[in-house]
Amino acid sequence: MTGTALAPAPVIRDEVIVEPAPTAIRSVRAQPRYHRRLTAASGLGLGVAVLWLSLLVLIPLAAVVGTAVAGGPGAFWAALTAPQTLNAIGLTVAVAAGIALLNAVMGTIIAWVLVRDRFWGRGVLNVVIDIPFAMPTIVAGLVLLSLYGPRSPIGVNIANTRMSVALAIAFVTLPFVVRTVMPVLEELELDVEEAASSLGASSWVTFRRIVLPSLAPAITSGVALSFARGISEYGSLVLLTGNMPNRTEVVSVRVLSHIENGELGSAAAIATGMLVIALAVLATLDLVQRKAARHDS
Amino acid sequence: MIREPRPLKLALRWLVIGYLILLVLWPVSLVVTNTFADGLTNLKTAFTSPAVLSALRLTAKVTIWAVVLNLVFGVGVSLLLVRYDFWGKRVLSTLVDLPLSVSPVVVGLALMLVYRRDSAIGGALYDLGYQIIFATPGIIAATVFVALPLVIREVVPVLIEVGDDQEQAARSLGGSGWQVFWRVTLPSIRWAVVYGVVLALARSLGEFGAVKVVSGNISLRTQTATLAVEETYANFQQGTAYAVAFLLTVAAVACITAVSLLRPREDAS
Repeated sequence: MTGTALAPAPVIRDEVIVEPAPTAIRSVRAQPRYHRRLTAASGLGLGVAVLWLSLLVLIPLAAVVGTAVAGGPGAFWAALTAPQTLNAIGLTVAVAAGIALLNAVMGTIIAWVLVRDRFWGRGVLNVVIDIPFAMPTIVAGLVLLSLYGPRSPIGVNIANTRMSVALAIAFVTLPFVVRTVMPVLEELELDVEEAASSLGASSWVTFRRIVLPSLAPAITSGVALSFARGISEYGSLVLLTGNMPNRTEVVSVRVLSHIENGELGSAAAIATGMLVIALAVLATLDLVQRKAARHDS
Repeated sequence: MIREPRPLKLALRWLVIGYLILLVLWPVSLVVTNTFADGLTNLKTAFTSPAVLSALRLTAKVTIWAVVLNLVFGVGVSLLLVRYDFWGKRVLSTLVDLPLSVSPVVVGLALMLVYRRDSAIGGALYDLGYQIIFATPGIIAATVFVALPLVIREVVPVLIEVGDDQEQAARSLGGSGWQVFWRVTLPSIRWAVVYGVVLALARSLGEFGAVKVVSGNISLRTQTATLAVEETYANFQQGTAYAVAFLLTVAAVACITAVSLLRPREDAS
């Protein structure tokens, strides 16, 4: 359970699973397996669960892909490569990737300060990290607009600019890297770092050679989650960015305007592209976790 | 502890404090100042508006449904994933994680394509008297979808960690499956279930994009609290928008504070 103490966020579960899972699974496997096969009752439960997931997730997502390809490859391609859509894709991918990199740096620094530094108010900052997770996205957009919009008390108005897209995405993706890195940092053995520094390594060399390699899988997971969230963000951008075609319009807004115009085929084509990215991110996470788990055992 | 150079340590500390104040604390604090800028006027205006009251009632109803469904289903799926072997287990666990990285707008579109009136399934349900899209069931479905992984992701690691020794002991002493679940399994995962429920609660209260697509956003009928924030703000009723946003913020912050206060206590026990 170590490491989960400060990790109220769901995403963190990735890392928690990475840490105890390999041994835990092995110990379960070593026990008699007689009840791990499905019984009548659990078989029924599995049936209900699969039916539920099919109705809620599987069939609807399949319908998106089905609708996207129903018009043939030509229509699919045309929907994806319409100039306004291409601009939205370009902006979304660029901002999501840029902010994911910013999070890699800032998230690691924040995690380091929260774990290794001791100062008054640290507990509060620790809760502040999770606010973007819990806060409704439309409210996130509203509060950012009140500080960085036309009626800003500090005279900074970036509403309806590309900067505002980056700001909103930085807000909603803040917790990802912090929450994946923190538990790993907490479990890191300090004596290796002490040994390195007693052998004359500078603190930068110690960080780069000793700490950073152990954090790399966690940072990668956090960056992947942050990128996926950035690509798919909608609610926090609605009020803040003005949704101006070819300038501040992101992919989700593009999908929604297709839906509102009744162009479900085009909406489904872009949505399919987004689903492919979401799946690619999940596959990356799975890969990173397997690698980290193998490394641990 | 290795000694980092003190100036560097202080610089990083202030960098973090400054970043978090500018990105989160200051903006979020403005929802409070803006709500109470004219005393209680904004809150009074908001809570006497029939549209706002109806939106809050709908959000409460949808949240309760979504949390209960995700609680029952989440605990069940977690048990299946951890305690049983079956074909397709990895597919199931990936499927359960998928809602975390799918855009809310895509979630809404997916549900709409299957359950709208002129689709096969949606049409059949409509003939039976159930309207899903542009009605409460669709809003509940969208909310359940986006909050789906939260309970499962809390419960699965704890189930793995506690192992099944006690369950096997209880079963070998003659406990029925139901008794073992209520008396042995559930008590050992109760805190994970509580965290999952609180996180699902926060997520359900705040869902916006998916609900916007499937609800049709009809004031007094299918408009939820988050949709009311958008509409009132766009209609220049900013005071009302801030008042509803304030209420949602209080609920969200209460949820995460509750989780972070409860969690260390469990580790100590």
